[in-house]
Amino acid sequence: MKYLDEFGDPELARALLDDIARTVTRPWAIMEVCGGQTHTIIRNGIDQLLPEQVQLIHGPGCPVCVTPLETIDKALAIAATPGVIFCSFGDMLRVPGSSKDLFRVKSEGGDVRVVYSPLDAVQLAKDNPDKQVVFFGIGFETTAPANAMTVKMAKEQGIPNFSLLVSHVLVPPAITALLESPNRRVQGFLAAGHVCTVMGMGEYVPLVERYHVPIVVTGFEPLDVLEGIRRVLVQLEEGRAELENAYPRAVSAEGNLPAQAVVREVFETCDRAWRGIGTIPQSGWRLSPAYADFDAERRFDVSGVVAEESSLCRSGEVLQGLIKPVQCEAFGKECTPRSPLGAPMVSSEGACAAYYQFRRLERPAVTA
Amino acid sequence: MTEPLDLEAWSCPLPLRDHPNVVMGHGGGGTLSSELVEHLFLPAYGDSEGVLAQLGDAAVLGVPGGRIAMSTDSFVVRPRFFPGGNIGDLAVNGTVNDVAMAGATPLFLSVGMVLEEGLPLDELDHIARTMGAAAQRAGVRIVTGDTKVVDAGHGDGVYITTTGIGVVPEGVDLGPHRVQPGDVVIVSGPVGLHGIAVMSCREGLEFGSEICSDCAPLNGLVDALLGAGVDVHMLRDPTRGGVAATLNEIARSSRTGVEIVERDVPVPDDVRAACGFLGLDPLYVANEGKLVAFVAAADAELALATLMAHELGAGATRIGTVVEAHPGVVVARTGIGGTRVVDLPLAEQLPRIC
Amino acid sequence: MCLGVPGKVTEIFEAEGTRFAMVDFGGVHKRVCLAYVPEVVVGDYTIVHVGFALTKLDEKSALETLELFRSVGLLDEELGRMDDAPAPAPASAAEAG
Repeated sequence: MKYLDEFGDPELARALLDDIARTVTRPWAIMEVCGGQTHTIIRNGIDQLLPEQVQLIHGPGCPVCVTPLETIDKALAIAATPGVIFCSFGDMLRVPGSSKDLFRVKSEGGDVRVVYSPLDAVQLAKDNPDKQVVFFGIGFETTAPANAMTVKMAKEQGIPNFSLLVSHVLVPPAITALLESPNRRVQGFLAAGHVCTVMGMGEYVPLVERYHVPIVVTGFEPLDVLEGIRRVLVQLEEGRAELENAYPRAVSAEGNLPAQAVVREVFETCDRAWRGIGTIPQSGWRLSPAYADFDAERRFDVSGVVAEESSLCRSGEVLQGLIKPVQCEAFGKECTPRSPLGAPMVSSEGACAAYYQFRRLERPAVTA
Repeated sequence: MTEPLDLEAWSCPLPLRDHPNVVMGHGGGGTLSSELVEHLFLPAYGDSEGVLAQLGDAAVLGVPGGRIAMSTDSFVVRPRFFPGGNIGDLAVNGTVNDVAMAGATPLFLSVGMVLEEGLPLDELDHIARTMGAAAQRAGVRIVTGDTKVVDAGHGDGVYITTTGIGVVPEGVDLGPHRVQPGDVVIVSGPVGLHGIAVMSCREGLEFGSEICSDCAPLNGLVDALLGAGVDVHMLRDPTRGGVAATLNEIARSSRTGVEIVERDVPVPDDVRAACGFLGLDPLYVANEGKLVAFVAAADAELALATLMAHELGAGATRIGTVVEAHPGVVVARTGIGGTRVVDLPLAEQLPRIC
Repeated sequence: MCLGVPGKVTEIFEAEGTRFAMVDFGGVHKRVCLAYVPEVVVGDYTIVHVGFALTKLDEKSALETLELFRSVGLLDEELGRMDDAPAPAPASAAEAG
């Protein structure tokens, strides 16, 4: 595929890795925020190819992993309601709620469907006027424009049987919370490329200035991720802290203005609970009052949902980069992809699942 | 698909001709059932003078002495019709292939069908004729069958179960017990076609493509390999779960490790593209016309040449090796030179956005 | 979170009151909403996420980035000949994109 395959070229990867090896003179800890980048790293074995001194910490950039438990439980309750077609991205189907997941609801008779785009859900609403079609709108800023436009179209076309269960999360507040944490070990960040495609880079300038950390906007192909890592390391070695764009083919400083406009119209900022981390103020988006009619939480009575997290699950510490999945006592025992205790063991970007899948051969590292 | 179903030739009562759908009576064992068998299944399966036409409760078959290989499988694919084939193709080839993977020559098939009331007879006829044609292509005979009908809403159109019998030639002994470190792993051609073809027309995920299922009978390919004297240790067709599932199953059952080179696994460009935007890994996508062969290292070149000379093995490639290390685990060398464990898929791969 | 894949716009049309396109991802075609990329025309490459084009892919930039990677490789080759010399920071590091 054009503009994809070239960015996986093994010789160029080797060149970047060699340069990284030459650049590094002491230990550094870098975090990639985005789950898609975690996936690339683990799937390609990048973390093994890096010099020993470079530690990659997998951040909470998996919206699947950080969707609040309560929201999952609400989704399960709605999906189990007769007369509802519940549509979701594939990622969410096996994320555990307090007692089950969407897959289980499907097997118990709920009409749960995987779709590629929220537009597919609206089409289902039009094709099934006698049913209520609900779309599970999770994701970072990258997905918000799609969800926003879909709701806007539903409103303009007057589609009464469509609604959205929203749980959007925002990257900059999450990075801020991480940087504010007293346990902070992360010294540099790979910012999520497609989040910046939408939002631009401006939100990261104050973070770089206030916390003096290098932030490099990074893409998702192997070479992109290596280059992002390389640039962060170069900055760290030189004692610089700047905002750089290593993904210029898809990211501009101002981002996508039409998308930002529609998102501002359809959503409003709110506090959001991040599963495993806790509530981060002003870190989420919910439907604005003008679109409240399309809010599934209002359309369905889900107020009685009480969420209960597993006591064994240490996903919060994993998501903050404080421990590696292998250091959790339940890893690989009570908690496996087959019977996950927390979301990071389910999503392929979740650090725990990635470790389980791709790193089963390793013994856990002794040092924290 | 041949000529359309000619309901006029049926001697059935008028109502059936007026309602060309499956009704409960078709599974009842009475007149309607016989009509279906005589006028739809028999002509479609193509054994009018033979065993099937005798319509006995059991088919009595002459089988050469030796070991019998037997396999059964059920087919519930949705959608029933997809680019490159339909559920009928899968039902015949799937079981033919399972028998062939034992190194056996497939001979006979039985066909059990569970039909949902309301299924159009035209569609059933198309499926049945497809099965007849597939059986003929594979060189097997459909010798017995059964049909039941369930109430509308209690089935999914058509469920098919086929059971196949074949004979294992003297001296052929394939299985995990034969797999050992040093063996070469070969795939008979490009992977990912069937799974992507089916997904391309699944509601909610549809996309336009020319990708067709690779559904095909593999017994000819197996005969070629064994006939050329290749020291084959194990064969398996990577259906559900793809090459990844197959390699894992074999690694576990043979208690050896398998190492593959990702770049060597042949994936057609458009399959890779589809996997790309759906977020799927081609290693986990189903195939219906490919085999994975574990052969003695010394015969690797001969195996490849033999496969490539056959129309169904044109893209045969060596993808890996059996090793002593990490028994039961499959490890891949990634595109950029790293390594990753290729784990057994938990369940069906789902498209992702992350 | 970000599965955004580049594809080529092969056809543009109106539907549901907004611009849509058929996008070719290396042989596979998908209907994509162009509401957010009014500047994109047939022949352009775009990054698509869950059925929406998020940006026009800057092809010139893509090629420059690949060139940058190649130059890193060449620089490494040169440095390889000066075994113990400390590696100077590559000039490209200052590029702010």
